[in-house]
Amino acid sequence: MAGESKTGSFVEKPQTLAALKGEIAAGRTKAVDLAAAYYQRIAKKNPRLNVYLSLTKDRALAQATHIDELAAKGDPLPPLAGIPVGIKDVLVMQGAPATAGSKILEGYLPPYDATAVAKLEAAGALLLGKINCDEFAMGSSNENSAYGPVRNPVDTERVPGGSSGGSAAAVAANMAVGTLGSDTGGSIRQPASFCGVVGVLPTYGRVSRYGLIAFASSLDRVGPFAANVRDAATILSVIAGHDPKDATSSQAPVPDYAAESDKPVEGLRIGVPAEYFAEGLDAEVRAQIEKGIDALKKAGCTIKPVSLPHTKYAIPTYYLVATAEASANLARFDGVRYGYRSPQSETLSDMYSHSRDEAFGAEVKRRILLGTYALSAGYYDAYYLKAQQVRRLLAEEFLRAFTQVDAIVTPTSPVPAFKLGEKADDPLAMYLADIYTVTASLAGICGVAVPCGATSTGLPVGMQVLAGHFQEGAAFRVARAVESAQI
Amino acid sequence: MTARVTEEEVERVAELAHLQLTPDESVRMQKDLNAILDHVAELNELDTTGVVPLASANELADAPASELRADVVVKSLDRAVVMAQAPESSGAFFKVPKVIER
Repeated sequence: MAGESKTGSFVEKPQTLAALKGEIAAGRTKAVDLAAAYYQRIAKKNPRLNVYLSLTKDRALAQATHIDELAAKGDPLPPLAGIPVGIKDVLVMQGAPATAGSKILEGYLPPYDATAVAKLEAAGALLLGKINCDEFAMGSSNENSAYGPVRNPVDTERVPGGSSGGSAAAVAANMAVGTLGSDTGGSIRQPASFCGVVGVLPTYGRVSRYGLIAFASSLDRVGPFAANVRDAATILSVIAGHDPKDATSSQAPVPDYAAESDKPVEGLRIGVPAEYFAEGLDAEVRAQIEKGIDALKKAGCTIKPVSLPHTKYAIPTYYLVATAEASANLARFDGVRYGYRSPQSETLSDMYSHSRDEAFGAEVKRRILLGTYALSAGYYDAYYLKAQQVRRLLAEEFLRAFTQVDAIVTPTSPVPAFKLGEKADDPLAMYLADIYTVTASLAGICGVAVPCGATSTGLPVGMQVLAGHFQEGAAFRVARAVESAQI
Repeated sequence: MTARVTEEEVERVAELAHLQLTPDESVRMQKDLNAILDHVAELNELDTTGVVPLASANELADAPASELRADVVVKSLDRAVVMAQAPESSGAFFKVPKVIER
């Protein structure tokens, strides 16, 4: 019983990934007990928070048994041996329901694993289950899930952010040590900020998207969440790398990001763009971010103003590009090959439109319509092409800035977590709140969202640390320095 | 570019996207699309003459680009496993309502 209560204490008082792995390697904690303790905690917390949509207990326990056998033999353990993780339900796991938060995939059991998921398991992780999110990753509050909203563990009357709100909430409530999410316009960074955890936007091409249900293919990325920067870095090293099954994945070698995050920040040049501290930024958020910048200065960084004047055009650019790509990507959901098919269809054409109309939620329809409109004859040049041109201006502006600084720091979101229902009826207001995150999405650069204090009412504030293409190491170092300052 | 989206256009776009909107949905979507497109019109302020469109960040990243794999046949998912996910199937083909009237 002593062993059991000790394992139980790990879920009451979260441990770092390295500490947990050490416990398992030394045989002091069994991976099977750890898995059981996490499932108990999930059973307790999930009814209120609505984080997990389905659990993959057989798979997690088989893996845990395997890890315990390795540990008993004294074999060297893989980097995530026995670490309980959760997967955003836009990434497929063989034989486990994949919903993408939508009714249209009802009943779908994917016949394969996403590459990032397979890599986690090959590295010894225990795959606990699939995690709630906005439908097709479209949303900034998790209120667009067909399976109900996720609640923010910090304040359950508030949203956890979106679209990877469940993945952020899972880590914040210690219903997993690490999770995977996806980020198209801020969907990892913003919920990390709302829930007070670390979220990583890897460079475009850094992590394979094979097995990620596509939203906007020129923007979609897969990335990790964890309770601290070093753990997030460890997970990124596991999931990053070239994949022959994703032609956009890069051949660039994968560094040991945890070791990169250990390096001191002294001498690094940090850019602060005035455009991210303008009208609309909550005063308390600003005050916390300024404390974070002061901490970086004290740690020996040089703080430099940088100018990103096209920032104000990022939201319209993003919502044109993302919706145009979504209208094409979501054409595949038609009731033919998988998921939901409307029972009341006489003709093929009716089957398509009935299935889609009955099973897609309002936000998904809104974005499909906007994207289809922007791509349609007569509007293509004025909207889609124009947006792609502005996208280049935005991206080049970042590349110029990164010739002068090693990283750029900004607030992750202009506001802390808002209340459920507060913005649900105003799609434009919801879009505008993505102002600080969509820019890096368009430019393809990387970033880390790291906790940076809290408001007077205890709501987490997040700092976004951006770095150039494939410069995740720099972003992790800076994020680590902010974390260490304990703002 | 500040064109107002009419009710007919919403219906036309919905048809292109294979969506069948209820009258209520149509009204709501028209209102939302116009609000969003008004905001998007800000892009008109920018002169983008001669700017090459950027379709993907892959075009920018100064890291080893991904090479296309060799064009050879490799084993893919088992057909029976894939077909088992279909709402209706003959085992070899997806079954759908009739397409052509005889």
